[in-house]
Amino acid sequence: MTFIIKNLPILIVITPLMFSLIVAVLSNNRLAWILSTFASFLTMIFSILLCFELSNNSNISYYLGNWPPPLGIEYVIDKVSIIPIIIVSVIGFIATLYAHNFFILEIDRNLVSKTYSLWLLTIAGLMGLITTADAFNLFVFLEISSLSAVALVALGSKMDRKALIAGYNYLILGAVGATFYVIGVGLLYGVTGTLNMSDLAQKIPALGLNKSVIVAFTFMMLGIMVKAAVFPLHIWLPNAYAYAPSPVSVLLAATATKVSIYILVRISYTIFGPSYEIYTFESLRYVLLYLAILAMFAGTIMAIFEKDVKKLLAHSSVAQIGYIVLGISLATSPGIASGFIHLINHALIKAGLFMSVVAMGYYTLKRIDVNSITGLGRQVPITFFAFVICALSLAGLPLTVGFISKLYLIKAAFMSEGIWLPFLILVSSALSLIYIWKLIEGLWYNKTNSKSEKIKELPEIYIPLLIISFLNIYFGIDADLIIDNSFIASDALISGIK
Amino acid sequence: MIDQIFGVWNYWIVFILMMIGLYIVISKKSLLKKIVGLALFQTSVFLLYITFGKIAGGTAPILTDNVNEIYSNPLPHVLILTAIVVGVATTALGLALTVRINKAYGSINENEISASDLVEYHKKYHEVKK
Repeated sequence: MTFIIKNLPILIVITPLMFSLIVAVLSNNRLAWILSTFASFLTMIFSILLCFELSNNSNISYYLGNWPPPLGIEYVIDKVSIIPIIIVSVIGFIATLYAHNFFILEIDRNLVSKTYSLWLLTIAGLMGLITTADAFNLFVFLEISSLSAVALVALGSKMDRKALIAGYNYLILGAVGATFYVIGVGLLYGVTGTLNMSDLAQKIPALGLNKSVIVAFTFMMLGIMVKAAVFPLHIWLPNAYAYAPSPVSVLLAATATKVSIYILVRISYTIFGPSYEIYTFESLRYVLLYLAILAMFAGTIMAIFEKDVKKLLAHSSVAQIGYIVLGISLATSPGIASGFIHLINHALIKAGLFMSVVAMGYYTLKRIDVNSITGLGRQVPITFFAFVICALSLAGLPLTVGFISKLYLIKAAFMSEGIWLPFLILVSSALSLIYIWKLIEGLWYNKTNSKSEKIKELPEIYIPLLIISFLNIYFGIDADLIIDNSFIASDALISGIK
Repeated sequence: MIDQIFGVWNYWIVFILMMIGLYIVISKKSLLKKIVGLALFQTSVFLLYITFGKIAGGTAPILTDNVNEIYSNPLPHVLILTAIVVGVATTALGLALTVRINKAYGSINENEISASDLVEYHKKYHEVKK
């Protein structure tokens, strides 16, 4: 047991990685699913153990192969990184539990076990991204997670050939973004001679306003902004989420961009924050803040005019990423905390929405678009119920998690920017009600002429869905756990700077 | 002036290769050429790293009897070994996708692909109307 406790930081990465190798050679699809579920369950258990371990000490540092940093690769779990770890492991487990029916339907039978292998590889890559404290190791995990995600997106080609193009665009943009990140890391290594994040943070201040460092900062931020789909660099996202196999949409929408935003926070606050306080904060304030505002409106307006429901949700994701980045770019403790609160809540909301929409697609065996959903809610009442809860949560109604995050975001925005920013947030929230109402109206109030009969809903599909909806309500009423941990995380980031 | 061009020769090559690669990725319509451009872009970054690590007149970092031996920094080389593997994986995946796109659309030209998607969309739309 102590052996496991001691090696927890690497176990959460290596468990899905190793299981993905085993799953790849299996030919039995059901066995592959059971093993993947087991692997993601183990990862979740390890993450929760890590949570308890972390309550005793402020951070856990793990030396890979016992080589001490800065020479060796270091994995660090602290109060900040535990948040995305829990998101990825819990959503990863629920999504794996949920995936099997959809994969059997949407992917060639003989490819399903390979799909699970890629699936676990994506989870491993995301976990590695969060835990590693080595700038170059981060690039490797970035590519592991995005290459396997690209392959997963392209597997949607059996249902719609556009998935191939979506995957291709994701690959090209993702690779350019990752290469930008590597250029930044290379320049930093050139002037400091180290790759360890905390070591970089110590050595950069001595360089003053060195041009290489500023260029490195810009390259790294731009590269990760592509991965995080911050507004003008989000072009790959809507198609990738819309045409991917259904469970992949759920997993990527809930976790992939969140992890990239976490890296954005790490770069701007942990690596550059202490030394380039003014420079970093100004670029956050004058670049990222306005991009976030544009994202809020562009995503929402695109979603209002979109017909295809999966794509609509993807556009709304762009807007929600805007809210998260907005909180982070305020560069104050309440601002970052509100960013983290929305990071967690949006993972819950979007996972629930995508899960209910793809479930409707599964029951009716066709693509769900705004014209084809008339009266569908009456045929699948349980799925519709979960959909309504998550949709209202997205709009930010009281008693849901969406309300909590909007509340804290508006509070933080008001504290640092005055009245205009909360006003803009409220306007874009009001606009998001338009597309949410359009969906709910279509699903429930528009009756079809022909007498539609009820469709039998499958428990293995609606149970994970109800769990997510329950979490949406539960954390909307008793939000202390999320709020407290977000504030601890943001204080840890800010205190590292001061 | 001469020093600024020839003294940092490698960086100029890196810069030129990088811009050519990025330009190909952005401007070319052929999906295959985009992948070539991407590979070129990544290669320029490999060269950038190697240039950091190389010391003029330095040997390979192998322990010899001569204590004052000048040797190149091995770490960038090792990092690039990893990055090359990643680059190969990216190119392979990109080429595999291109093959599949060619099978599905009968073309690897961006314009033709979006045109054929548009045709498909209109067909579907008219079917719904009928």
